[in-house]
Amino acid sequence: MNARIKLKKTPDHVVFDIVSYGLTFIFGMMCLIPFYLIFISSFASDSALLRNGYRLIPKEFSLNSYQWVFKSPQRIFLAYRNTIFVTVTGTALSVLLSTMTGYVLARKDFPWRNGFSLFYFFTTLFNGGLVPWYILCTQYLGFKNKFISMILPMAFPVWNMIIAKNYMKGIPYEIIESAKVDGANDILIFFRLILPVATPLIATLGLFSALTYWNDWYNCMLFVTDKNKQNLQYFLQEMLGSIEALKQLIAKGESSVLDNVTLPQAGIKMAMTCVVVGPIIFLYPMIQKYFIKGLTIGAVKG
Amino acid sequence: MGKQDKPLKTANSVHKQGFMKEVSANKLLLLMLLPSVLYVIIFSYIPMGGVLLAFKNYNFAKGFFGSPWCGLSNFKFLIISDKLWPLTRNTLLYNFAFIVVGMIMEVGFAIFINEITCRWFKKAFQSFMFLPYFISWVVVVAVEEAVFGYEYGIINQLLVSLGMKKINIYVNSAPWPFLLVLFRVWKTTGYGSIVYMAAIAGINQEMYEAAEIDGSNIWQRIFRITIPNLVPTMFIMFLLAVGNIFRGDFGMFFQLIGNNSVLLEVGDILDLFIYRAMVSSSNIGMASAAGFYQSVLCFITIMTTNWLVKKYNPEYSLY
Repeated sequence: MNARIKLKKTPDHVVFDIVSYGLTFIFGMMCLIPFYLIFISSFASDSALLRNGYRLIPKEFSLNSYQWVFKSPQRIFLAYRNTIFVTVTGTALSVLLSTMTGYVLARKDFPWRNGFSLFYFFTTLFNGGLVPWYILCTQYLGFKNKFISMILPMAFPVWNMIIAKNYMKGIPYEIIESAKVDGANDILIFFRLILPVATPLIATLGLFSALTYWNDWYNCMLFVTDKNKQNLQYFLQEMLGSIEALKQLIAKGESSVLDNVTLPQAGIKMAMTCVVVGPIIFLYPMIQKYFIKGLTIGAVKG
Repeated sequence: MGKQDKPLKTANSVHKQGFMKEVSANKLLLLMLLPSVLYVIIFSYIPMGGVLLAFKNYNFAKGFFGSPWCGLSNFKFLIISDKLWPLTRNTLLYNFAFIVVGMIMEVGFAIFINEITCRWFKKAFQSFMFLPYFISWVVVVAVEEAVFGYEYGIINQLLVSLGMKKINIYVNSAPWPFLLVLFRVWKTTGYGSIVYMAAIAGINQEMYEAAEIDGSNIWQRIFRITIPNLVPTMFIMFLLAVGNIFRGDFGMFFQLIGNNSVLLEVGDILDLFIYRAMVSSSNIGMASAAGFYQSVLCFITIMTTNWLVKKYNPEYSLY
């Protein structure tokens, strides 16, 4: 419809444009402003925050909040390191597992592909729920305080495997056949021939998984109590949470707690949030289009 | 198995040989499946067997096999607690609200963005709407603080400057059903609308041209052409979401509602209850009973909706 040449806009179109531009503007701003507010507030001075709270137009610029955040930087750097380590290894593992499985299930000459597909797919229909899984992980697999407990639980999302399988089905079988005639084995074919032509798939799956790992706090909360192994999101959750608890105390009228508070918490919370989401927002313009593409890659039936 | 060599199937021993032959012919492919097969067995199939915990009096020291059976007593406690119905109702109603409001927003903005002709505006605002999808629910809590926070939140600052009283959303459960829907829709609309934009791109343009020549206005074109053409996609998205209607978004409810007893009055869902009962560990029997109940409910709804999808249009069914 966009390509239509309009000589003059009819009245109904003018009304429609007002509605569509208007609502899109309002909702788009509702999505953007909170991020701007957090960013700007992280640079506000303590006194301005105490007086005026979070504001769209900052009064006094200050790096004070960031100085507090990085006052004892060991924990933040550790959390950053842990998040990056888990994200990188987890993404690599997850992409490898889902493409490798998808490749085998997409092979027309693999006789048990339907049986195995059902075997994987059934797990999306029925699952045992949180409790048996948690007991298995903690009591039998020894997941307490290990990096692996933040990597493995998200290493093989069946849905990603189905996307991979659908994508691989689109790769001409002749490629595999001719390679087999030349004497290449199945593993070699996968790594040397299939993966290089599946880069859009790898990019999409990789980004989806990387985002999942980067944003994970759940597995960290369940399995990791060692402060040296906790990740960024969990660190932020703890920071926001303890202030939440404080707020509840205030709400109950125990105002004496307030006297002991010397931390400029309002600014620290915002600065810490910026530290956590910074990399994602920074990469956002570059990765956005891959996400949009990825959604349409996966739109084929499983 | 062995569909290609049918004549071999006549004799059992020969068939077995054929099977072993096929295994050895595909040994590398099977080897490539091995890691994910093991993964799925360990992390999905074993926990499926673990639903039997619901019928056991679990004891951490004795483990899964050592703990004694206790019949239906876990379920009895669960039913006596009188929690099951409100939890199920909340899970269902919140998910239903998310699905309906979400779909209206997603379809609406897909149509609006598609009709917007100003390129930079379209691109910029689509990016803004997509932005909240990229953050975790932990960060949403920071957003909540900045916008609705009692002391420093921008809305309360605004209320004060207008001479009105501050609103403390952390001690008042009334606005939460609305707030939960708001946060949910805020986070997922941009992402969800992409599916519908792809569907709109697939609509035959000639229909619009013909309708325009016939003197239709834009509202008629949207309600008579665009939306009817989106109905199949909407229907499928709806049924897919309905399949999971008894599984709440734990991350969202845990971060926004958490353990705040006031907010739990309106915001408690099955997943939160199971988590709380589990970590308090004295209640692990009740947690697994509730988990069993939820798993069975989910399975039934998924099977039912898929059956419906198949009936409606076999091409869209999941399997």
